[in-house]
Amino acid sequence: MAVPFERIQADFPVLAREVHGRPLVYLDNSATSQTPVPVRAAIDAYYAQSCANVHRGLHALSAEATDLYEGARDKVMRLVGAPGRESVVFTRGTTAAINLVASSWGECLQPGDAILITVAEHHANLIPWQQLAKRKGAELRHIPLTAEGTLDLSKLDELLTPNVKMVAFAQVSNVLGYVAPAAELIAAAKSVGAATLVDAAQSVGHMPVSFAELGCDFLAFSGHKMCGPTGIGCLIGRRELLDAMEPIEYGGDMIVHVDLQNATWNHPPYKFEAGTPPIAQAIGLGAACDYVTELGLDWIRDHTTALCDQAAAALSAIPGVRVHGPLTGRLGPVAFSIDGVHPHDVATLLDGEGVAVRAGHHCAQPLHGLLGAPSTARASFYVTNRASDIDRLVAAIGVVQKVFG
Amino acid sequence: MFNDLYQAVILDHYRTPSNVGQIEGAVQVRNDHPSCGDKVLLSVLVEDGIVQDIAFVGEGCSISQASLSLMTEAVKGQPVSVIRDLYSAFRDMIHGQEPDEELLGDMVALHGVSRFVARVPCAMLGWETLAQVLPLDQPAPDPDPTCGPG
Repeated sequence: MAVPFERIQADFPVLAREVHGRPLVYLDNSATSQTPVPVRAAIDAYYAQSCANVHRGLHALSAEATDLYEGARDKVMRLVGAPGRESVVFTRGTTAAINLVASSWGECLQPGDAILITVAEHHANLIPWQQLAKRKGAELRHIPLTAEGTLDLSKLDELLTPNVKMVAFAQVSNVLGYVAPAAELIAAAKSVGAATLVDAAQSVGHMPVSFAELGCDFLAFSGHKMCGPTGIGCLIGRRELLDAMEPIEYGGDMIVHVDLQNATWNHPPYKFEAGTPPIAQAIGLGAACDYVTELGLDWIRDHTTALCDQAAAALSAIPGVRVHGPLTGRLGPVAFSIDGVHPHDVATLLDGEGVAVRAGHHCAQPLHGLLGAPSTARASFYVTNRASDIDRLVAAIGVVQKVFG
Repeated sequence: MFNDLYQAVILDHYRTPSNVGQIEGAVQVRNDHPSCGDKVLLSVLVEDGIVQDIAFVGEGCSISQASLSLMTEAVKGQPVSVIRDLYSAFRDMIHGQEPDEELLGDMVALHGVSRFVARVPCAMLGWETLAQVLPLDQPAPDPDPTCGPG
């Protein structure tokens, strides 16, 4: 069911603010989404009433904090269909989650093994594998793109040889906006016995995502791209794999027994959560899970896709404007270039019109090499946007073209 | 504020930059800002303490490229001592001080950049590259080094 914009306006007071004398149009959601009142309230309630460390205090506040923290884990587990609480590891974000897998699970790689990713990956799902491949003498392979800017699976059989031990890909591209054929990729990976990691930074909270249905081994995402706070994310992992993996950080809460010479590890997820965790942020993420569930993940996907389709059509209809990637079916980001204007100038001038977009390589330098543009501008849509935002974007692009005309 | 930034002088230099190219026999230095993709290859020919010729090949935003073009115009034919003063005045202006209009000439068009912190590195790309070739960061030499204390 459609969510009325009045509801969104009430939940996101930032939408009422002005930037440089113009009403704000926030189109940088793929970088960080705005934070609704209920999420801020959950964080504030923890700090106001239950601020204490978790898992160790024998007093009321610590027990409350632990309940809130573990309650957030349950909310995440339900949102993404994780098989159990032990499969939900809190991390700093998607980047930390992928690095954890590359550093820990990656130890099983042997020289001659291969890792398969795509050319469109965010640096967070490229560099950990690239460096792991270098450390282990493994090969890093890349699934190419079609001319339209979606994944080209026509040569998948050649790429996916039996020595491929990991297939890792973004479920939604942070530049091209396509939704990857995750089921097909995971099934193909399984057929050669490869493990799979889904970078779900742009998909969890933006569409229904189920770890169980996907059948992948690892799923990584961040809180701050789905209405939650920064500094928190998750690694969802298959229990057998998490059991077999070594921790990469040592400290409090991740041990069972310690003596001066030796230590034994707690079970997952605690084995991977050394030190005081980001408690307030985890609680905020739990509230964000509730929030996106309440709005409805089907509605969020349909709403965002409709805005992207409309934006891609409107931008590509402007002479001198080029949209990178498919014109339909995108979920969130719409990257574009304006002839004769550097993306940084585009972003500065759009900001002057109150329209917030990102410009740069969006942490995907190899992809931008392929696009033939060292950087692009990117408008990205989410629950806080409506169709009139696209009119404002188009009008602001008119201003850019006038200045540089 | 935004019109201050994109002045006609800047847009003119962005569209038709001066001193584009490479100079044979000159010192060449590459510089880039990886976060935004601004790039430059600067050629500087110095003889007898004077920049006889200077040219650049670059790509990037209007601010970085116009700043490069304006810089090459300003320093060509100048002794290093004058360029040091220009560099210092330009850097001060970009960091928010009132510009020395007489000294800086057309480069004053970049004054507006000081209000856009994220664009300061763009305006400084050319100058920081030139500072890798010429001793611009060193203090001016003592006018009479023989005249020591006491």
